[in-house]
Amino acid sequence: MTTIASEYGNENNSVPIEHRFNPYSDNGGTVLGIAGEDFAILAGDTRIVSGYNIDSRYEPKVFDVGDNIVMTANGFAADGAALIDRFKSAFKWYKFDNNNKKLTIQSAARYIQHLLYGKRFFPFYVSTLIAGLDEEGKGAVYSYDPVGSYEREQCRAGGAAASLIMPFLDNQVNFKNQFEPGSDGRVKKPLRYLSLEEVLALVRDAFTSATERHIQVGDGLEVLIVTKDGIKKVYYPLKRD
Amino acid sequence: MNHDPFYWGRPSDETYGHYNHAIANAKSQIPTSHTQQPIITGTSVLALKFKNGVAIAADNMGSYGSLLRFNNIERLIRVGTETIVGISGDISDLQYIERLLHQLQTEEEVYDSDGGHNLRAPHVHEYLSRVMYNRRLKMDPLWNAIIVAGFSDDRTPFLRYVDLLGVTYGSLALATGFGAHLAVPLLRKLVPYDADYEKVSEEQARVAIADSLRVLYYRDARSSDKYTFAVLTFENDKINVDYKQDLKVENQSWRFAENLIGYGSKQQ
Repeated sequence: MTTIASEYGNENNSVPIEHRFNPYSDNGGTVLGIAGEDFAILAGDTRIVSGYNIDSRYEPKVFDVGDNIVMTANGFAADGAALIDRFKSAFKWYKFDNNNKKLTIQSAARYIQHLLYGKRFFPFYVSTLIAGLDEEGKGAVYSYDPVGSYEREQCRAGGAAASLIMPFLDNQVNFKNQFEPGSDGRVKKPLRYLSLEEVLALVRDAFTSATERHIQVGDGLEVLIVTKDGIKKVYYPLKRD
Repeated sequence: MNHDPFYWGRPSDETYGHYNHAIANAKSQIPTSHTQQPIITGTSVLALKFKNGVAIAADNMGSYGSLLRFNNIERLIRVGTETIVGISGDISDLQYIERLLHQLQTEEEVYDSDGGHNLRAPHVHEYLSRVMYNRRLKMDPLWNAIIVAGFSDDRTPFLRYVDLLGVTYGSLALATGFGAHLAVPLLRKLVPYDADYEKVSEEQARVAIADSLRVLYYRDARSSDKYTFAVLTFENDKINVDYKQDLKVENQSWRFAENLIGYGSKQQ
């Protein structure tokens, strides 16, 4: 006996129905890390946006993740929160499994590379920064791209206004294009460590200026300062327009 | 007749031929696709913190595109004794989330073995944010924007948002959808600084939310004037939930509409 033809088979579409779910969004904001001789800071504004809306004026994004390390992941807020969550839980297990051994900043840095590269084909859409002190007690800042490429630097800006702040930092922290007076542009200004007061002044200038020129930056500035004595948090208001 | 119970109620082979199993096992030519678009949708949810509590409201409409399809959709869900979850966006996903939340409530309160640890708003929000973010990771999102209102463990007012991408944030005034454009500025006018919610009285909050709902009803074509309003207050060491349904947007004045021309109709 033969089967009576049904038309069900034709309900298999051969052409995909067009639809697009975009799993990412841009929540704005900007972050900045600077390392000093015996301290490091990580700063971020507290605004969160979607499109032209200011969703919140105070949503902190720089966190103390333990063992004198501070971390931030700026860009797509959900991925940023997820990355920091993952790091925190891995940190907890590291402590459990290794008799409470201190996690050094370079180990934390390498681990975060693996967290990021582990999602190479569905990346965390964030610029990540961590700051702390290295084994010699010198300030350290590590910066990442979304898929885990990283390096240790004296300073780095990330997020929406990175392109506004980074050149300023090149000039003011690494003395790029600065020369000894009277040398006719032939002798570079020698590098030196900046004091915490100088760094905080730079950070505040960087953020007030970024607030002027970038619509996604503003409301408040939260700075986490890492020294051998622990982590201190300071807040400065920014323009709310 | 074939007396095998397996064949009861099935089309007889004599009449219809053998069942073609290729139909049931048909492989699609294209990969399975999860992602949808919202079908029946609910519009804005509004919420505001005040001195000793939180106010949250949402209307009762379910739209099918521009069609007013349902006017009896309840979008404020009570979870536990002191939390309200307001949901906008796809209504079928809302109903799924509602089921998840009732499950969570049962697990936490009926099978409570941790000595009366209460299910409070921050926990509900954390749970929902994980659900939303994990569904985004699967590229199969729950098409909603959610506001969780209630109290933290120290009984200070709690208000936090999560959406289909898993993005979360808190603020003294929150609104989803069109409300983010029209209502948030009105609510923030009452309390410009986040910490100042303590200067707002319950009455001021109620009025601000009611006014915002009226503005939304004037300008959001997908809104209705029938709404549910929940006000949670903490007073005398006790939480009170004032949950009112079937409220109507009051003090409407359409006089501004009389002189309107344009909007695609006849010009001047």
